Amino acid sequence: MTPRRADSAAAAEAELVARLRAGDEAAFVELAARHQAAMLRLASAFVPSPAVAEEVVQDTWVAVLRGIDRFEGRASFKTWLLAILVNRAKSTGMSEARNVPIGDVGSAVDPSRFDAGGAWSSPPRHWVEESEDRLMARGLRGRLEATLRRLPPRQRAIVILRDIDGLDSDEVCRVLDISAGNQRVLLHRARSRLRQALEEFIDA
Amino acid sequence: MRLLRRDPLACREVVELVTDYLEGSMSRGERRRFEAHLADCPHCTGYLAQMRATIRLTGRLEPADLTAEMRDDLGELFRRLRDEER
Ligand SMILES: [Zn+2]
Repeated sequence: MTPRRADSAAAAEAELVARLRAGDEAAFVELAARHQAAMLRLASAFVPSPAVAEEVVQDTWVAVLRGIDRFEGRASFKTWLLAILVNRAKSTGMSEARNVPIGDVGSAVDPSRFDAGGAWSSPPRHWVEESEDRLMARGLRGRLEATLRRLPPRQRAIVILRDIDGLDSDEVCRVLDISAGNQRVLLHRARSRLRQALEEFIDA
Repeated sequence: MRLLRRDPLACREVVELVTDYLEGSMSRGERRRFEAHLADCPHCTGYLAQMRATIRLTGRLEPADLTAEMRDDLGELFRRLRDEER
């Protein structure tokens, strides 16, 4: 998004929030419509079923409607909203350790693909000139979705927030209440898994 | 991941540093060392290109649009809460 477009989107959102504070139903529905799908997807990272994810989203809107006067506008509305959602989703869906478990040292690439000196023995195949549209159309979309669903909750949440919803790393840290270092480690694991899925799809 | 040694990076290390590189969280020295490896290694250059493509393609998994039914539900939720407060 260009800065100008981001600015005008932010201005439009601020206006909707102001109208919501004043009790405007249409503004609420418009705000909810903007964020509902992203919220459902994010909630799904933490809870066992789509039905529970819907409940969590609904609870979040209740909390937002009751607490909109406490929104101070220091963070963006979206960051504030998603942080509420994640808190609710976590307390509903799971109890996860706050930090990456020690000993969890999954590697980005299967170690058997390197020789004893650490150089590639089975390098990734060179990028084929197939268009990305075509790759997605012939099944990559489903493969990426499936890989995303199998990631551990926080890894999945981070990919959703960073790479699909377009939040920056500071915003993700705020929404998920994690450190910048932790965010980077989890993002690395998640993207590495997705890349592997992409490679397997292309090589198949 | 911090690099303590000055030896050239091995490919096995490069793949673990890709995110630090893309996030801009490397020191200048780390970055130089990383880019020096890429300059000599078409495989890791290809790997980085795949990682960038992965990020782009994942970004296309946009969530579905809201249905009219969901919009109605939201409006109803709003009115219910407003009425409760009276
Ligand atoms: Zn290499």
